[in-house]
Amino acid sequence: MSLADKDRIFTNVYGYQPWNLSAAQARGDWDNTKDLIARGRDAIIQEMKDSGLRGRGGAGFPTGMKWSFMPKEPPKDAAGNPKPSFLVINADESEPGSCKDREIIRHDPHKLIEGALVAGFAMGARAAYIYIRGEYIREAETLFAAVQEAYDAGLLGKNAAGSGYDYDVFVHRGAGAYICGEETAMIESLEGKKGQPRLKPPFPAGAGLYGCPTTVNNVESIAVAPTILRRGASWFSSFGAENNRGTKLFQISGHVNKPCVVEEAMSIPFSELIEKHCGGIRGGKDNLLAVIPGGSSVPLVPAEQIWDAPMDFDGLKAVGSGLGTAAVIVMDKSTDIVRAISRLSYFYKHESCGQCTPCREGTGWMWRVMERLRTGEAHVEEIDMLQQVTKQVEGHTICALGDAAAWPIQGLIKHFRPEIERRIEERLGSLQEAAE
Amino acid sequence: MADRSIAPDTPELRARWGNFTFAQSWADKAKAAIARYPEGRQRSAVMALLDYAQRQVGEETNTQGWLPIPVIEYVARELGMPVIRVLEVATFYTMYNLVPVGRFHVQVCGTTPCMLRGSDDIIATCEKRGMHAGHTTDDGLWTFTEVECMGNCASAPMVQINDDNYEDLTPERMDAILDALARGETPKAGTQEPGRHTVEPAGALSTLTAMANENHDYRGEWA
Repeated sequence: MSLADKDRIFTNVYGYQPWNLSAAQARGDWDNTKDLIARGRDAIIQEMKDSGLRGRGGAGFPTGMKWSFMPKEPPKDAAGNPKPSFLVINADESEPGSCKDREIIRHDPHKLIEGALVAGFAMGARAAYIYIRGEYIREAETLFAAVQEAYDAGLLGKNAAGSGYDYDVFVHRGAGAYICGEETAMIESLEGKKGQPRLKPPFPAGAGLYGCPTTVNNVESIAVAPTILRRGASWFSSFGAENNRGTKLFQISGHVNKPCVVEEAMSIPFSELIEKHCGGIRGGKDNLLAVIPGGSSVPLVPAEQIWDAPMDFDGLKAVGSGLGTAAVIVMDKSTDIVRAISRLSYFYKHESCGQCTPCREGTGWMWRVMERLRTGEAHVEEIDMLQQVTKQVEGHTICALGDAAAWPIQGLIKHFRPEIERRIEERLGSLQEAAE
Repeated sequence: MADRSIAPDTPELRARWGNFTFAQSWADKAKAAIARYPEGRQRSAVMALLDYAQRQVGEETNTQGWLPIPVIEYVARELGMPVIRVLEVATFYTMYNLVPVGRFHVQVCGTTPCMLRGSDDIIATCEKRGMHAGHTTDDGLWTFTEVECMGNCASAPMVQINDDNYEDLTPERMDAILDALARGETPKAGTQEPGRHTVEPAGALSTLTAMANENHDYRGEWA
């Protein structure tokens, strides 16, 4: 059974209707938010836990549980005054293939802002900072304007939405750094520094922004919260397979006839997602080569393994990949698959923050070897050497960027080793011919 | 890491920018930015102030602006920060221009999702017009940069020129946009695909058809 329009959360995702407050309210946003808050912190967190929502930013950590890690009693600073807590909303959408938060922010910003209030209340936060990537210039303009609308209507600020809770929402613009999507790098950046990830522990829930308890959540995770609370955990958990509940914004790019962003039930088979919304694979099903199903950081999956796979955390793990942000990059048989992955290696080289040596040096090294494999100017043994180096980068850095740089290459070698070898042999052959 | 270094600190640069201060409109914005952070945490506003400074430099030079070292020093003074801390931020984030740029900053995305949809041809279109990476054309009009994923993957390939995105590009559409900008016109931003609104499946909606014509409220259908 497919998802019905009435069960879609982001009804204005395509922006046919205005984003502003009155239009959003007519669609059901900010509808008696006071009552949602009156349920109390524990009840809201329990409902979120029961809904089965897992974080939509890539890692898939249960959202309700994350909120419950925030201290009930605020820790004291050196002078004995209670420290404030903060919610940081990650709108630094930069993972190649991902383009869903942009649609939420420019077309349905009030879902995010209402969610910021409800989530912030549930975790006892004093304010939310929405960290939006710098390149989303027009989107940030919309977000600033939507936040102002909410203040003007009394939905934010003192006694927000008549709830008796004082709460602020601030927008912070980034300036072009993929790494700031990592939660501790985002906190560093919010503090006015280079976005270089922090060592954990301490975890942000203990000491985050300005040393205060902080939770970092993805835009989509926060924006779905008010609807989950209104319709109930059992409604949300009626979609998707066990452990993979809810609806999800999928973003399909690359070689499909109609690339698009679409909200679907979790666990929808890849084939159904593509046939129903994207007009099929360019050139037909048999023309499919491989798919990167969760944004550039996850390994690719060959055509025959992805076709029937359920698009969720567990289903994609079972085929050696992951759901990530549900950014589905489709590649048909015209694709130079080595170049496609090498271009991602360049991306990670460009975006490494430079803090940890294995990543700073390794990303550049891996890209240079990938470029030689692309042209065939390499020795066959170097494939194994590259594989080993990816293992020396993976897991040896403060944040997951090193892993993210390693996995696409590992996926390529695992599934397309014959293609890499063919290029090397072909070039050797042409050299020999030239010598004779 | 991105290779970025600052413009040389010369007497000419000091003479031109040594007296930089925010114009009133940017000073007001800077004040509002600082107010978004707790007392004593004004350093958090450094990214906003660098952006405003770059934009004011842009206004003064009729370009997209950049950050000469005296301007970076000014921002440091405004926030009570050591200059090196501001310089670190300016060099770390790629949207701060460390050298002068042209009237239009043409930033074509070349990452894999755009590459699969033909960004090579869009880059070739720019090169045919005399643009190349990290360079400003002699007429001062165009600075070209191949950038990393801009988050418009479902309407790829795309270019960001100054503050607007142009999506679903072909070489012909890219030429038309650049021609229009050169003539001083303002081409329509967003998708260039005829009949497409934003990121819906082009041609016919597969979901949410009621929303196309009215601000539909689905709550009446909730069970």
